[in-house]
Amino acid sequence: MAETGEGGLSIHPMDQFIVKPLFGDGPVGMFTITNATLWLALAVVSVLLLMVMTTRRRAIVPGRGQSVAELAYGFVHKMVEDVAGKDGLKYFPYIMTLFLFIVCANFLGLLPMSFTTTSHIAVTAILALGVFFTVTVLGFVKNGASFLGLFWVASAPLPLRPVLAIIELISYFVRPVSHSIRLAGNIMAGHAVLKVFAGFAAVGAVAPIAIFGMVGVYALEVLVAFIQAYVFTILTCVYLKDALHPHH
Amino acid sequence: MEGDIAQMGQFIGAGLAAIGSGVSAIGVGHVAGNFLAGALRNPSAAAAQTATLFIGIAFAEALGIFSFLVALLLMFAV
Repeated sequence: MAETGEGGLSIHPMDQFIVKPLFGDGPVGMFTITNATLWLALAVVSVLLLMVMTTRRRAIVPGRGQSVAELAYGFVHKMVEDVAGKDGLKYFPYIMTLFLFIVCANFLGLLPMSFTTTSHIAVTAILALGVFFTVTVLGFVKNGASFLGLFWVASAPLPLRPVLAIIELISYFVRPVSHSIRLAGNIMAGHAVLKVFAGFAAVGAVAPIAIFGMVGVYALEVLVAFIQAYVFTILTCVYLKDALHPHH
Repeated sequence: MEGDIAQMGQFIGAGLAAIGSGVSAIGVGHVAGNFLAGALRNPSAAAAQTATLFIGIAFAEALGIFSFLVALLLMFAV
């Protein structure tokens, strides 16, 4: 890590992303319970609380919790239907799971002193690779070899098609990379900016500005936390649509 | 001395990579601005296109995120 100089200003914006064991100081192994484990588990628990506990009574006039659960359901359902089409609705549970998990992990990461699991590429890469493999396998199962028509742009002039095929192929395999790094990068950048502002808040003269700046950045982060979950889900829908209807 | 030059190179490279984030911000602004221009002309069609808006923003932003990643790698991983 870079030296921060002798100015008395010590900002370590990336320290918040260190994975530490929850008990003791031992090395982090495959099965060590770390802060990442804790917050991933809390994200799952909060999804359960939101979707299972609040809708348990099945009230005709929904309460607060049930309203939120119904809103989330309707929101994702409409997104899948609009983007992936009617036959994409079969895969709605998977997309709903992804959305709820990411949105809960993002919001839990915004709590002070918490650990932001989605800021780690390890977490988002697993989600994105899951989507990538699901969609690729699905495309071949549903369309057979004609799934490769995704790379063969039939509407382009013939001499151009091999070039386009290479570009399409590259863009197809870059998908999991950009899909995962977009989420992790946005969340990480936002939290690092928050920590930089927090570092400036320790300096007397600029403290008021820095604190107001933090409030603004935090508000922006609440927005980003939701929008990035939305973007991740909607891109999953787009990839799903490509797998179900590979012809341009 | 050699390490110092290497570190300087890292910092300069990270700063140059940060230009990419700014350029992708132009792209995102372009997408959002054009969406708004279209939406104000035909507000009734706007609501149906918000998904397209976000997909466009996501694609424009992806490359900026890549340059951000390059900056981070230079700063903390090299």
